[in-house]
Amino acid sequence: MSETLSRVPIIDGWFTDDIDAPTLIGAKCSQCGTFVFPPRSGDCPNPNCDSVTLDPTPLSRFGRIWSYTENCYAPPLPYVAAEPYEPYALAAVELAAEGLVVLGRVATGIRAADLKVGMEMQLELDVSHRDADHEYMVYVWAPATPGSEATQ
Amino acid sequence: MSNGRDIAILGVGMHPWGKWGHDFTEYGMVAARAALADAQVQWKDIQYVAGADTIRNGYPGFVAGATFAQKLGWNGARVSSSYAACASGAMALDSARAQILAGFCDVALVIGADTTPKGFFAPVGGGDRKHDPDWQRFHVLGATNPVYFALFARRRMDMYGATAEDFAQVKVKNSRHGLNNPNARFRKENVIADVLNSPIVSDPLRLLDICATSDGAAAMVVCSMDFARKHLGNTDGLCRVKAVGTVAPTYPQSVLELPDIASDSTAVVPAPARKWKDTIAFAAYEQAGIGPDDIDLAEVYDLSTALELDWYEHIGLCAEGEAEGLLRSGATTIGGRVPVNASGGLACFGEAIPAQAISQVCELVWQLRGQATGRQVEGARVGITANQGLFGHGSSVIVAR
Repeated sequence: MSETLSRVPIIDGWFTDDIDAPTLIGAKCSQCGTFVFPPRSGDCPNPNCDSVTLDPTPLSRFGRIWSYTENCYAPPLPYVAAEPYEPYALAAVELAAEGLVVLGRVATGIRAADLKVGMEMQLELDVSHRDADHEYMVYVWAPATPGSEATQ
Repeated sequence: MSNGRDIAILGVGMHPWGKWGHDFTEYGMVAARAALADAQVQWKDIQYVAGADTIRNGYPGFVAGATFAQKLGWNGARVSSSYAACASGAMALDSARAQILAGFCDVALVIGADTTPKGFFAPVGGGDRKHDPDWQRFHVLGATNPVYFALFARRRMDMYGATAEDFAQVKVKNSRHGLNNPNARFRKENVIADVLNSPIVSDPLRLLDICATSDGAAAMVVCSMDFARKHLGNTDGLCRVKAVGTVAPTYPQSVLELPDIASDSTAVVPAPARKWKDTIAFAAYEQAGIGPDDIDLAEVYDLSTALELDWYEHIGLCAEGEAEGLLRSGATTIGGRVPVNASGGLACFGEAIPAQAISQVCELVWQLRGQATGRQVEGARVGITANQGLFGHGSSVIVAR
């Protein structure tokens, strides 16, 4: 079925479409070097910096869980829930190099009971939902593969 | 105890919280009339109306100050309308207080009222608004408000050893506190098993850990100390607003807060030593010239049971990681050292957004006057409120008599 659907991101410009090693796309201040996610152009959020230029930049694929939860009921629109609804986990993951905590869905099949604060996670892509023509892709956090750079 | 920047609270009033779906102004009028009667001030003598906005009730909700001035009958008073999400009521009070302290008016009405839909709050307004972070968090993540409450709850469990029973105990405590509060919506005593047997909404939080959304209204009449003296002959025993802290974060906001998708970066500027929610009450303490040890009772924003525990730490009742111990000791129960949410809190009220921060102050006034029948904190002289709204709106009010 999915071969006939065109694969598109659920939102433009937040992550790369490299299915094997996707990265989030943040923004970095050209002057002070601070990071921003979700990506945006324009003014630096650092009040000590007067830069008006933020450049797109890939963010670390690996981080540690700051906290996590699981949605046992379908969120309201504009979330597009599967029928029948399957509970899914969310995790806020701390990226050490960027000093960011980024909230994301957790990969299908990984539940809150499988997670712990401090656990190493990596970025992956997953199907959020489908319509007649499209398969909408979303970034997700998944437990890091043993031996990956997250565990070093 | 006066720093020359006190204002007096002459009267308070509420419409009970519930779920009726009526026009929000109906509730507001009941609260306004009650506050005016309590203050023994005529509406025609009010010089300033500070409205707290509701964003789910169309244009009249966006201009709440004008809406209530018109409904009470235009009397020439100036109006303002404030929106700061859950902190709207405190922002309205802050506006009235600034007008009074600047000498621009002597007596003001502060008012907020709401009618809420059932179920989860969803983004206001239809259509795909791909640049609206509130739309983004729902569409991309399904990050409802309880998701954020749950992130904080799970952190308490994994970091400090909080248990589901601790969270349930907050609900049990608050359900007992609010049992006889005539303005509370939920007046049923809960036991631990009630909470633990309710369905999980956002793990680890269960239905009875999370506050409902409610209809309701609260209002107060505030004035300068000079006006109070002329009005009453003296100011003995009057409740005074000692502080209103309305605090926004300082960069970097290193904690992931509702409704953000990511924290600020700590890569270039390190996280501040005192994080945002710790600064809210401390700004109020600083204004009032007092500290946490001076507090007799607190009304805090228990959007979830676990968030009440966070607030114990944020307002300085105990150190970080010690809230469960404070709860278990009974210190925050009526009869304990510093009762928290003697009103029953959001657990018994549910949230009526623009009214909620005002209702917290109403409760302090009834407590300090000794009028909190069935839930009285004996001998209370100083109380504090704390709450948090979306997009960095924190508020804390200190009332003393």
